[in-house]
Order: sequence, then C-alpha cells, then structure tokens
Amino acid sequence: MFPYSRRVHQDAVPSAPALEVRDLTVAYPGTRRLALKGVNLCVPVGAQVALVGHNGAGKSTLLKAVAGLLPARSGSIVIYGNPPGACHHRVAYLPQRGEIDWRFPITLRKLVLTGRYVHLGWFKRPTRKDWLFADEVIDRLGLSALRERQISQLSGGQQQRALLARALAQEAELLLLDEPLNAVDAETRHLMIELLGLLRHEQKTVITATHDLGRLESDFDGALYLAEGREIAPPPGAFSGMKVGALA
Amino acid sequence: MTDIIDWLTAPFQFTFMQTALLAAVLVGLTCASIGVYVVLRRMAFIGDALSHTILPGVVVAYLNGFSLSAGALLAGVGTALGIGWLSRREVIREDTAIGVVFTGMFALGVLLMSQARSFRDFTHILFGNILGVTADDLTLIAVITAGVLLLLFLFHKELELTSFDPIHAEVIGLKASWLRYLLLLLLAFAVVSSIQVVGVVMTSALLITPAAAASLLTHRLWRMMGIAIVIAVASGVIGLYASFYANVSSGAAIVLACTGFFLLAWLWQALRHRLAQPEVEEVWN
Repeated sequence: MFPYSRRVHQDAVPSAPALEVRDLTVAYPGTRRLALKGVNLCVPVGAQVALVGHNGAGKSTLLKAVAGLLPARSGSIVIYGNPPGACHHRVAYLPQRGEIDWRFPITLRKLVLTGRYVHLGWFKRPTRKDWLFADEVIDRLGLSALRERQISQLSGGQQQRALLARALAQEAELLLLDEPLNAVDAETRHLMIELLGLLRHEQKTVITATHDLGRLESDFDGALYLAEGREIAPPPGAFSGMKVGALA
Repeated sequence: MTDIIDWLTAPFQFTFMQTALLAAVLVGLTCASIGVYVVLRRMAFIGDALSHTILPGVVVAYLNGFSLSAGALLAGVGTALGIGWLSRREVIREDTAIGVVFTGMFALGVLLMSQARSFRDFTHILFGNILGVTADDLTLIAVITAGVLLLLFLFHKELELTSFDPIHAEVIGLKASWLRYLLLLLLAFAVVSSIQVVGVVMTSALLITPAAAASLLTHRLWRMMGIAIVIAVASGVIGLYASFYANVSSGAAIVLACTGFFLLAWLWQALRHRLAQPEVEEVWN
C-alpha cells in the first residue's frame, strides 16, 4: 500500500480527549491578520459541541486548523492524543456546501465511496468490500433511492446527508461540521436534530460551527462562543452546558 | 456504393495519409481524455495559454537546429510548472498571471520568428499540417498517448477527487497541488503531440471542444470521456478527408469539425430540455 501521507495510522491514546486545543493562534497563509487569537477547547470522546459566533468569528478557522487545512501559528492541537495529521482517517471535515463542485459528474454513491480512499492510498482501486461498505452507510442514512443521482440533483439537506455518509464510510470518529444549518430549507432544524441524534447513536464526537443555536440547546453537550477570533463568555441566558473552553 | 467506398479508401493508398490517420486518432485520444479534466476543472484558459507559450521553444529549437519536439516539450513543461507555481502563491489572480505569461511568451516566439528568413517555415507550427507528420513524429505521438493514458488511468481516483472536492483530499493527506502539477504536465505533453496536427494556435480547441460537447450529453465521467474521444477522433478523420479532397488547411478543418459536433450537441441538449416536462421531484426517505 502507498498511503497518501507518510503518517498513516496512530492508535488513539486511551483516556485522551477527542480534541484538545491549547492557546491556538492561526493566520490565513499570506495574511498577517490573526483569525484565531489564543483559543482553548477540550472535547471529550463522544461529546457534541457547538461553536457559536457571527460570520468571521473564527469558527471555520478553528475547524480547518483541527482538520489540518491551516497551520497553527502558535499553540497546540491534539487529536485523540496525537498531533493533527497523525491519523488521517480519524477526522472528517464537512465543508460549507459552496466549497464542493456539485456539478461535477459523479453520483451520490461514488461521492460516499471517496470516504474509503484514505484507506486505499495511491494506485489501489476500491474493492467490492469498499463498495458494499459505502452502500451499507447509504442505506443507513436512508439515501438508497438517490444512490445513482448526480450530486447536483440532490436537495441541500440530501447533500448534507451524503457528506455525512462519506464521513461514516471513512470510519471517522471526530466530525467537524461547518455551518451545516446554512442554506438548507425549512426542514433544517428537524434535519439537524436527526443528524446529531444519528451521530450520537454512532458514538461519534461532533463539533458543529453555527451562527445561531436556535432551539438546539438540548441536542448539544456544550458550546464555545467566539467573537473576532477569541472566546467570549456565553451571552446572558444563553446555553452553555458542559465546560469546553477556558471561560465558564 | 462502390464509388463511395472508393472515395473513402482512395486517400489511404498513400503512406503519408496512413501516418496522418494514425496521428489523428492518437492525438484525438490524448487530447479528448485529458480535455475532460481541463473542462471540468475550468482550466480551459490554461490549456490555451500552454499551447501558445510553446512557440518560442519551437522557434529557438528551429533556429539552432535542435529537435522541434524537444524545444516544444521543454517550453511546455517549463510553462506548466510556472503556471502551477504562480497559481499557488495567490499574489495576483491566476487568470491574470496566465494572461501576462502567455501573451509575453507568444510575442517572444513571434519576435524570434521575425528574425528568421521567412515566416513560411513556421506556418505548420502555427496552424498544423497533419499531412506532413513523419514516422518520427508519429512515434513521439504514440509514446505520449500511451504515457498520458496510463497516468490518467493510474491517478484517476485522485484526479477525480481533487477536481470536485480538493478540501476532502487535503484532509485525508492527499496533496491537491501535486495532482494539479501532474495534470499540467500531462497537458503540456498532450499539447506538444497535437502541434503537428492542429498547430499552436488551435490546439486548445482539440482539448476543450470535444470535452465541452460531451459534457452537454452526459453526467457520467467515463461516458463523457468516451464521447469526447469519439468526437475528437471523428473530427480528425473528417479534417483529413477535407484536406485531401478540398485541399484546405487540415488543422482548421479538424477544429471546425469539432465545432460542428459541439453545435450538434448543443442543439440536442436544447431540444431535450424543451421537450422534457418540467420535473418537480422531492425524494425523502
């Protein structure tokens, strides 16, 4: 096997939290402005945590840094006791919908199959087992009827579920959802609750960026409030749940 | 009936026509299959630029008596790497950078050409001359075709993923920029192989038009490649007949045949859209 990255598989350190971010500072490459200024976050295994803040607060930046898409300028990120990128299959990042070319000629089934690629590496083709794995996940998320559809012919909610199916096909344990509530229709809230419930059932650790908690308090275990790249105290009366950041 | 068959087979009594036919088929195969990625990744402008920037390489090789193909390859690979590098550091917009580099290189080629005795020697580089393909040219074209198709096959999975979701690729440790370099290099080779056939100025048509036509007809990648290849090869053959019987420029005839296929595909797609009932469909399980 020829893995995509030299560091392929590191076992999770037992008793380590799913994610531990310490004093993290991040700037986008080519700019000086800091998008994150010393953020702390600790998420135990199996917890579901919301990142709450306005656009530009640093929610996406934090998720991207954890996914290994942006380098940390200072501070540290530890995932299941390992540095980011130590085990690529363990983390799945579900981007905002605009970051994928949905018009690309590919079916939902193939999209989900790409979740297996991290286990295949260069040159190896997906085996029958990989296809079956993908089909089984598609079944579980109730997408079987849409399997052969080109991905632009899915509704916003279906596209979200397809990406989630891919994360499950990848056997990811830490899921980073970037604004899954954005640009989805009236079914949104219902869908989100359904998805979180499903992931809880699968015992996944989930971190969700959102600019509006709405009435979802009961579905998250904790929340980190961000503004201009820093953690802020929860607004009066807002949901906070378990302690995940440095402030209350 | 036998008249038609005679008409169709007569040209191929000549060796140069057999060589030309093989060249047309091979170049069509290479350009159309890589062209599908060029179109889907919105790299059409890069394809065009790449073919133009090869000109100074060819002219320098000609003036110094080196192999023209070697000059073209060197310039093409150099440009491919340069474009990849420029577009990685987002100092200026990518299309702006390409616009600057491509016109500059092309102008350099024209300037060098004007130093030579006559422009005439270069017309086959600018506009292609499929009837002038030599056995050596054909060998080079065949090697490039085999190489490009093999690499496209080996890296298909990664090329596909980085085309529609480069972010997921990065998250799983697959560098999208490597695949981009690979595609640019293959593109440079494809362009070099097609210069004899359609020339520097029109090469991008062979890359883009068949793939664009195919993209109107199907939503499946493999089918798209298949249709693009059929269109490119058919256009090559049509152009060959046109230049044999009507004595017109073979490169131009090939490109116009591609354009014709594109128009047909466009019409077909528009008609299908008209006839289809407006579909309102919502499937929730």
